[in-house]
Amino acid sequence: MSAAPQHAPKMAQLSLSDRLGPWMPVLLIPILIVLGFLAIPSTSSWLTLTVSGLAMGMMIFIMASGLTLVFGLMDVINFGHGAFVSVGAFVGISILLMLGHMTEAPSLVLNLLAVLAAVLVAMLATGAMGWAFERVIVKPVYGHHLKQILVTVGGLIVVEQLIIVFWGPEEIYLMRPEALQGAITFAGAALEKYRLVAVGVGLVVFAAMRFVLRRTKIGLIVRAGVENGEMVQALGYRLRLVFVGVFIAGSALAGLGGVMWGLYQEVITAHMGNQAMILIFIVVIIGGLGSVEGCFIGALLVGLMQNYVAFLEPKVALISNIGLMVAILMWRPMGMIPVVKAK
Amino acid sequence: MLNRLLSGDMPRSTVLALILGAILLCLAFAPFLFPGVRSVDTAARICIFIVLVASYDLMLGYGGIVSFAHTMFFGIGAYGVALASTHMGRGFDALLVGSASGALVAAALALVIGLFSLRVRAIFFAMITLAVASAVAVLVSQLSNLTGGEDGLTFQTPRALGPAFKFGDELFGVRLNGKLLAYYFVFVGALVLFLLMLRVVNSPFGRVLQAIRENDFRAEAIGYRVVFYRVAATCLSAAIAALAGSLYAVWLRYVGPDTTLSMELMIDILLMVVIGGMGTMYGAVIGATLFVVAQNYLQNLMGAASDAVAAVPVLPELLNADRWLLWLGVLFILSVYFFPTGIVGRLRGARA
Repeated sequence: MSAAPQHAPKMAQLSLSDRLGPWMPVLLIPILIVLGFLAIPSTSSWLTLTVSGLAMGMMIFIMASGLTLVFGLMDVINFGHGAFVSVGAFVGISILLMLGHMTEAPSLVLNLLAVLAAVLVAMLATGAMGWAFERVIVKPVYGHHLKQILVTVGGLIVVEQLIIVFWGPEEIYLMRPEALQGAITFAGAALEKYRLVAVGVGLVVFAAMRFVLRRTKIGLIVRAGVENGEMVQALGYRLRLVFVGVFIAGSALAGLGGVMWGLYQEVITAHMGNQAMILIFIVVIIGGLGSVEGCFIGALLVGLMQNYVAFLEPKVALISNIGLMVAILMWRPMGMIPVVKAK
Repeated sequence: MLNRLLSGDMPRSTVLALILGAILLCLAFAPFLFPGVRSVDTAARICIFIVLVASYDLMLGYGGIVSFAHTMFFGIGAYGVALASTHMGRGFDALLVGSASGALVAAALALVIGLFSLRVRAIFFAMITLAVASAVAVLVSQLSNLTGGEDGLTFQTPRALGPAFKFGDELFGVRLNGKLLAYYFVFVGALVLFLLMLRVVNSPFGRVLQAIRENDFRAEAIGYRVVFYRVAATCLSAAIAALAGSLYAVWLRYVGPDTTLSMELMIDILLMVVIGGMGTMYGAVIGATLFVVAQNYLQNLMGAASDAVAAVPVLPELLNADRWLLWLGVLFILSVYFFPTGIVGRLRGARA
């Protein structure tokens, strides 16, 4: 009888590429920034472009985060998400225009109060609208992707037309509040104040979202629901209620994004949500449908890419985002941070 | 004979058969039945949209794939003819080269998009096509030295299809000129393409597509390569949409981003498919006919209604002719909920 072969476990360190793998999506942002630095001749314009790219990315993230969570949680794809962006922008900007005496005053406090009021009202309005949208439009078509797409597109058309009925077909131009106009100079680069504020707000929203998702009980239920909804229901949680809550929160965030986007562009149209949808879709696809972190990274990549390429080669900028999406899908077909479903 | 021509897919409802027959007769003799520039133009648009909507239905109704790039394929075909006619001079060879290359480019593009998105998830396709189509629309309006930008391109079709060409005097009070020939060119082209699609959806290929639509997991398990079938359907549909675009370009002798690439057009197509009935080729006929006629004549009616209630607040705004998209959106949502099979499904169901 021959002896059993010697058991000789080998302790080998994971190779560098294996260890970097999970961090790769996060590393892409600094890599892109460095690439931009190498490609753009002047440091000051690189700095300006980086800040505006980050600002744009943050705003797209705020608009897109609700969509990706809603999809992850309930497998609902909402093509009407852009409607919340438009409505948020129109409501918020109308409030700002009504508070003209506060936004034109040179006082920082009054300006901020006006913006805060506009944002709050816009978020309340879009949150309420999200609740209604979920009730009337999305609820009857759970589980049917095809019908969801068709019905939510119909909802988008109706909301867009209603905006035109109430606010008129012309685009509305606006001025940012006094305190948010102008730029500060840093290391020879002009950085617009508003963009810095947008970056700050985006970071705060992302941090808050991560905190809620990672550290609170609600967040735990949401994350568990994304992974395995049936199990969460079996444990006695009313997932539907959680879902409606997430839908409302996502709509409110889209409204916030709409106000910020409107202030960024300084013009709002009924079609702006539709245009934002295109960027939002690119972002959620490259991030991985259902993943908040992936959405954040994707949004920053798209924002930076768009600004760098627009500076270097304006004609190519139009298709740079599509190119980015194609490259990432070739690398990871399910998006950068694919959501694993336990089904 | 008729059964063979319709590939065995008979209307299966007396009312439906009567309606389809009436539409066919009206379109076949439109220049004689409804003389006048506007009505013939409407008839030509109906022919073209029937093909376009049917090709979309091939993807949506039979394949279960939602695309937002159908106008892009339509536009590729139209621009193909326009560019070929501009650079090769007027002539049938330019039309042939333009429409063939347009169809090829559309199919190739559909292949690439399909391979990227359909192998992962069918809903990726909807989002990716939306992004690509909008990028292409912007690109077309930016590359003004090639495509004419926002202004579009005006070009000349073969002499035989122009109003200046006369081949006889008058027949039943209709002048026999090139415009009449152009109409019949469009009509015959549309009819051939439509019968071709009817053949495709009633072939074994079409059956497999329907099986995939109903349950892709099961179809895969039985042994059909789902991705292959879906991509093939997408390419076929894109090529036919491009050919419809070529017909449109021949008829209008003009292409521009607004007439061929706009998002509004895409929404119109969606509405026509859903109202007519998804998953039947005849739905496309009824949807397109109803919609184009309504677009041309109903808007006047809405304008009149708006004037009639001018004294009431808000109502005139809601009934304004420009707001007709609002009511279509409402109609669209309601029909997806309550009549998912559309008009054709209702008519067929009533008999069964």
